Amino acid sequence: MANQQPSSGNPRVDVEYRRKKSAEEMRYQIVSFALMIFLTLVAFVAVGYDGFSDWFTVPFILLLAVIQVIFQLYYFMHMSHKGHEAPALFLYSGVVVGAVTILAFTTIIWW
Amino acid sequence: MQAEEKFTYETWPAEPEKATLEAKNKFLGFWFFLGGETVLFATLFATYLALKDKVPSADHALAKDIFEIPLAFAATMLLLTSSLTSVYAMYHMKNFNFKKMQLWLGLTVALGGAFLALEIYEFNHYVHAFGHTFTSSAFGSAFYTLVGFHGAHVAFGLAWIITLMVRNSKRGLNLYNAPKFYVASLYWHFIDVVWVFIFTVVYLMGMVG
Repeated sequence: MANQQPSSGNPRVDVEYRRKKSAEEMRYQIVSFALMIFLTLVAFVAVGYDGFSDWFTVPFILLLAVIQVIFQLYYFMHMSHKGHEAPALFLYSGVVVGAVTILAFTTIIWW
Repeated sequence: MQAEEKFTYETWPAEPEKATLEAKNKFLGFWFFLGGETVLFATLFATYLALKDKVPSADHALAKDIFEIPLAFAATMLLLTSSLTSVYAMYHMKNFNFKKMQLWLGLTVALGGAFLALEIYEFNHYVHAFGHTFTSSAFGSAFYTLVGFHGAHVAFGLAWIITLMVRNSKRGLNLYNAPKFYVASLYWHFIDVVWVFIFTVVYLMGMVG
């Protein structure tokens, strides 16, 4: 394959750079993991605590789930990296179809 | 760059998961599949939401009767942590460290296995303590289909990762298997993505009422 060329005549330079890059990326991963754990804890506490009304709790924990999934997709699954335009198209197409389905199924039971 | 070529840490490409044509196709094709999986699980969620607590008579247990915080929380922590361990595995894959990648994949499998064992216990508990079965009510059918489908994904993901680990145990890393490991880890993360919505929509919203 011609599309992966070493970018310098001295591979050691690249290695140093890459090691630094991946260590940096790993730090982001740890931070996202900590945030995901935190969001999970908040969601469980919000449900375990009786002081909130259900009209607050349900949208609140759904919002926490969406934020957590964004971290999972963009950091753990690397969607924040370059070259993920097609994956984003596929995934969001799926999300749109799925959202319409859920909307249809939850509104059909109102009557 | 040939798939069978021997690499060293110095010559290992920066994005091994997309370094060959086959890898590029795999990457694209797998994300297309994940788009389809999103629709699959969305329809199961839609069915569950429509049929939640739809039981034939008052003596059937409802969501708020059967779900408990400790069990759902333990399962969530297991799966969430297994997602992080597979991130570590891919970090070592990119650094061309085969042994450490295998080690972290092994941890991922262990955590996934614990999750699955907990789920089997959970289903068994619901059947025996509440008579909540697949055929007892529409609620039961929708619940076991949604959560069971997710559990089947976990089981499949475990079998997949174990197969990759065993098949490549003596081969080491190359551009033939690096994309395979990468795609399997994407699958594993996706299982966790689905679980985030299951613990929120099924368990937490079930306990709220």
